[in-house]
Amino acid sequence: MNDKASSHVTRTLGPVQYYRCMAGIVWREALRFVQQRGRFIAALVRPLVWLFIFAAGFRSVLGVSIIPPYSTYVLYEVYITPGLIGMIQLFNGMQSSLSMVYDREVGTMRSLLVSPFPRWFLLTSKLAGGVAVSILQVYVFLLIAWFWEVEPPIAGYFALLPALVLSGLMLGSLGLMLSSVIRQLENFAGVMNFVIFPMFFLSSALYPLWRMKEASPLLYQICQFNPFTYAVELIRFALYLKVDWFSLAAVATCTLVFLSLAVFAYNPSKGLIARRGGPGGAS
Amino acid sequence: MTTNALSINGVSHSFGARKALVDVNLAVESGQFCALLGLNGAGKTTLFSLITRLYDNVSGSIEVLGHDVRRQPVKALQHLGVVFQNRTVDADLSVLQNLTYHAALHGLSARQGRERSMSELERIGLADRANDKIRSLSGGQARRVEIARALVHRPALLLLDEPTIGLDVGSRQDIQDHVRSLMRENGLGVLWATHLMDEVQDADQAVVLHQGKVLASGTVTNIIEQAGASSITDAFTDLTGQKAMEDAE
Repeated sequence: MNDKASSHVTRTLGPVQYYRCMAGIVWREALRFVQQRGRFIAALVRPLVWLFIFAAGFRSVLGVSIIPPYSTYVLYEVYITPGLIGMIQLFNGMQSSLSMVYDREVGTMRSLLVSPFPRWFLLTSKLAGGVAVSILQVYVFLLIAWFWEVEPPIAGYFALLPALVLSGLMLGSLGLMLSSVIRQLENFAGVMNFVIFPMFFLSSALYPLWRMKEASPLLYQICQFNPFTYAVELIRFALYLKVDWFSLAAVATCTLVFLSLAVFAYNPSKGLIARRGGPGGAS
Repeated sequence: MTTNALSINGVSHSFGARKALVDVNLAVESGQFCALLGLNGAGKTTLFSLITRLYDNVSGSIEVLGHDVRRQPVKALQHLGVVFQNRTVDADLSVLQNLTYHAALHGLSARQGRERSMSELERIGLADRANDKIRSLSGGQARRVEIARALVHRPALLLLDEPTIGLDVGSRQDIQDHVRSLMRENGLGVLWATHLMDEVQDADQAVVLHQGKVLASGTVTNIIEQAGASSITDAFTDLTGQKAMEDAE
C-alpha cells in the first residue's frame, strides 16, 4: 500500500462538524437567493399585489366579523396578511422543490448526497436553508405592509418567528417530498395547478372558514383537512401574541409526516430514487 | 495486509426486470489508475451511483478504504471524491464559494475550507480566478475546478465519470496529466470511467464492462494480449463485439 495513502485518517463527525455542514448548506441557499435578485423581487411582488390591489378591491365586499385572535373589527388587509405570509412560505417551499428537481437534473443534488453526513441531516439542512430564505422574505414583506396600515403589536413580530420556522418547515418538507416524485422541471406547472393554488384558495388565507361554511359545507370540510389552513392560523395567532394549540399540533404533525416521507423517498436503500434508476436516469 | 482504495465484490443490481450490473468484481489500489471501459449503457453510471451511495447495492459489497459503503457510509464517503459526468458546480456562485461549500459538506471549518480550496486552486493554476463566477470559466477550467473540489477533503479514492466529455483535445490531455500527477504525488486511487480508449495507458489497470458484466480486467497490456489484439481499442471491440454476437446466438 502506498505510504501517502496510508495517511488517510477516518474522522469522527461530531456536533461541530454537523454544525459546519448545516451552516454551509444554509449559506449556499442564502447566497443563491441573494444572487437571484429576480427571485427576490418576484417573491415580494406576489403578496404585495394581493395586499395592495386584491385586498383594496375586496375590502368593501368582504366584511370580517370579530374572530380570534382579533379583538376588534379589522381591515381586510389586516385579515389577509397572515395568509399572504403563508403564501410566501408556500411558494418558497415549492420553489425549493423546484430547485431540488433542478439540482437533481444538473447534478448538484448528487454532490450534496455524497457528503458523509446522514441523508436525513443533509435534507433537513437543505430545508433549513429554504426556511431561512422564506423568513427573510416575510419580514421584508411585513415591513412594507406596516406602511399599509398592517400594524400588529411589535412583540408579535418576535412571536411570529417560531411559527414561521415551523410553518416553513412544513411547507418545505411538503416540497421536498414532492421533489422526490417529480422527475422533470415541466411538472412544476402541475405543482402550481394541483398543489399551490388549491392549498391557497381552500384555506383560511383569504376568508374566514365560517364564510366558506356558509357558501359550501363540502368546501369547508376540505379546508379543514388542508394543512395550509393551520399554518395560516398558527401565523395569524402568533402575530397577535396568541397560540392556537390545535394549529400548532396540526402543523407539527404534518411536518413530521412530510419530512419522514421525504427522507424515506431519498433513502438509498428504500426510496423511490433507487427503484426508478436514480436522478437523471442511470445507464 | 494492504487495504485497497476501492474493492467491489460480487455486486449485482437491477432496475425492475432489467439487470444493470451482474456480479461485478473490481479493485483499485492506492496510487493506481484504473480505467473503467464501457460503451454508453454498459452500467458505468449505475456502478458509480452504487459507490457514491445514491442508492444501495443489494448484493455483494463495496468498500472504500476498507469501509463498507452501505454499512459504514459516514466513514466510506469521507474518503471518496467524485467528479460526475454532468457538471455539478453551481454556475451562479464563485469558484471559491463552490469549493468552500464542498468543504462544509465534509465538516471542515470555514478557514480550513478556504485554505485547502486555495491550495487546490493553485495546483490547477486557477487561484487568480477564485472569485470569478463558474459561468465565466471555459469547459476545461470548470472541469478542473470540479476535480479540485473533489479533492478539498483529501480523499483516498477519486471517481471520475467520463470527465473529458465535451472537452477539446488540449483540455482532455491537461485533465489526464493532472489526475495522473495527483495519483503519483498523493497516492490517490483513481477510477476513471470512459469509452475513449486513447485515455488509457499500457501500464494502467482496466476493467471492460459490457451490458453490466465484467468481460476482462487486468493491466491494459494483459487485456490486449488476452484478446490477441494489437491495441486496447481492438481488444475492446473484439471483446464487446464477440459478446454481442454470443448474446445474439
